[in-house]
Amino acid sequence: MHLLVVVGEAARFAGRVIVESVRPPYEFRETLRQLFELGCRSVPLIAASGFAVGIVLSMHTRASLARFGAEALIPAGLAIALVRETGPLTAGLLLSGRIGAGIGAELGAMKVTEQIDALEATAVDSFRYLVVTRVIACVIALPLLTSLMNFTGMFGGYVAETSITGTPFQAYFRQAFTAIEFSDLIPATLKTMVFGFIIASVASYLGINTNSGTEGVGRASTQSVVASSILLIAANVLLVRIIFFFYPV
Amino acid sequence: MATDRPAVELRAVSKSFGTRKVLDDVSLTIEAGRSICILGRSGTGKSVSLKTIIGLIRPDTGGVLIEGEDITGLSSRELSRVRKRIGFLFQYAALFDSISVGENVAFPLRRHSDLANDEIRSRASHLLTQVGLGREYDKMPSDLSGGMKKRAGLARALALQPPILLADEPSAGLDPVTAGEIDALLVTLKQQSSTTLIVVTHNIPSARTIADELVFLHEGRIIAQGAPAALDRSDIPLVRQFMTSEGAG
Ligand SMILES: Nc1ncnc2c1ncn2[C@@H]1O[C@H](COP(=O)(O)OP(=O)(O)OP(=O)(O)O)[C@@H](O)[C@H]1O
Ligand SMILES: [Mg+2]
Repeated sequence: MHLLVVVGEAARFAGRVIVESVRPPYEFRETLRQLFELGCRSVPLIAASGFAVGIVLSMHTRASLARFGAEALIPAGLAIALVRETGPLTAGLLLSGRIGAGIGAELGAMKVTEQIDALEATAVDSFRYLVVTRVIACVIALPLLTSLMNFTGMFGGYVAETSITGTPFQAYFRQAFTAIEFSDLIPATLKTMVFGFIIASVASYLGINTNSGTEGVGRASTQSVVASSILLIAANVLLVRIIFFFYPV
Repeated sequence: MATDRPAVELRAVSKSFGTRKVLDDVSLTIEAGRSICILGRSGTGKSVSLKTIIGLIRPDTGGVLIEGEDITGLSSRELSRVRKRIGFLFQYAALFDSISVGENVAFPLRRHSDLANDEIRSRASHLLTQVGLGREYDKMPSDLSGGMKKRAGLARALALQPPILLADEPSAGLDPVTAGEIDALLVTLKQQSSTTLIVVTHNIPSARTIADELVFLHEGRIIAQGAPAALDRSDIPLVRQFMTSEGAG
C-alpha cells in the first residue's frame, strides 16, 4: 500500500516535470549552470572510466574473436559492443551515482535548512527553479557524456590493441567507424536521455521530500542512487526492446 | 493598493500537523503601516503563523488575506505576485549557501527587477551596510556567525522594499548593541516607509520599541492582544511573566 502511494506520487511528480519543462518562462541561466555543474564536472569521471572500460572490453573482444581467427574484426566488435550497450549503460550507472547522490544531497540539505522555503518566500517557483532545471540539464548531459564514454572507450581499445599488434591509429578507427551503423549509435545514445530524466527526477523527488535533518539528507542521497540505478536498469530493458522493435537486426 | 484594506488578515485559521493542532481558530487583523509583535512560549506556533501568512503553510480551515486578497486558493504564479510584496526573515536565516552573502541579498533584485548589475550590487551592499555587514559582500554564508546570518537574512528580506515585513526573531542571538541597532532599523522602516511589521520576538524591551500592539499566542490561540501599556496590566499570569521579563534573545 505504502509503496503504491510512493509510486503514484513519483509518477505525478514526473508528469509535473514534463509539463513544467515545456511551459515558459524558462530558467535559462540556472539550466546552463546546472549543465555545467552536473555535466562538465562529470567529464573526468566518464572519460577515465570509458578509457578503462575500453581496454578491458578490447581484451575480451580479442579473446573471443581470436578463437575464430577473426582478429581483423576486433575494432568493429569493440565499437559495436561499446556503442550499443556498454557505453550507455555504464555511463548511466556511473552518473546515477555521481549526479543522483549530488542532487539528492543538495536538494535535501536545502530542504532541511529551509532554503527551498526561502526561494518560495522570495517569489520563486522552487519546482521550476530547482527541479526542472536539473532534469533538463541531465537530459541534455547524458547523451553527450555517453558519446564521450564511447569515444574514450574506443581510444582505450586502440591503446590496448596497438600495444599488442601495433595497429596504426587511423586504420583502427577507420575499421571501427565503418562497422557502426546509424541504428547502432543513435537510438542507444538517445535512450540515455531517458536515463537522465530518471536520475534527475528521482533524486530531486527524494531531495525535496527530505525531512528529519542531517540523517534525512544522507538517506535522500543514498536512496537517490539506489532507486535511480534500479529504475534505470529496468527502463533499459524496456528501451532495448523498443529499439529492437524499430530496428530489427 | 488601497490603504483602507488591512495589510494582513487571518480569519479563523486552524492548522494541524498530524494530531497536533498548532493553530486553533486564530483571527488577527493588521492594518497597513502598523506593527505588531507576536510573543509566546517555544513551540506555540509563532513561526507557523508567519509561514501561514506568506503561504508556505496552507491552513486546514480559515482564510489568509493579504491586502484584501485571500491567498489560500491561489496558484503558485499568483502567489508569487503577492509574495513580492512581502519580505520574510526566517528564524534560522535560511541563506542560500551556494552563493555569497551579497548575492543572497541581490537575489530578489536579480529575479524581480530590471536593474543593471552595477545598480543591483550597489543596492545589495547598501542593504548589507544597513545591517552592519558592509564588508561581508563576498563572504560565503557558511563563514558567517549565527547573528551575522540573521542580519544578512534581514537584508535579503528588505531587498525589494516590501510594504509588509515578516521577521522571525530578528534579534535572537545578537548582542544587546547589535540587537538595538536592528530594532532601530525596524522602527525606521516603519516610520519612513510605513512598512507593516509583523515580528516574532522573545525580547520584551525590543517588542516595546517596535510594536504598536503585542499578540500573545499560547497553545495555538491568541490569549491576549493590545498595546504594551495595556498588557502591563494584564491579569493573565503568562502575559505578566512575559511583560516583566527582561528578555534574553
Ligand atoms: N512542517 C512541520 N511539520 C510538522 N510539525 C511542525 C511543522 N512546523 C512546525 N511544526 C510543529 O508546530 C509547532 C509550532 O512550531 P513553531 O515553529 O511555530 O513554534 P514557535 O512558536 O516558532 O517556537 P520557537 O519559539 O521555539 O521558534 C511545534 O510543535 C512544531 O513541532
Ligand atoms: Mg519559531
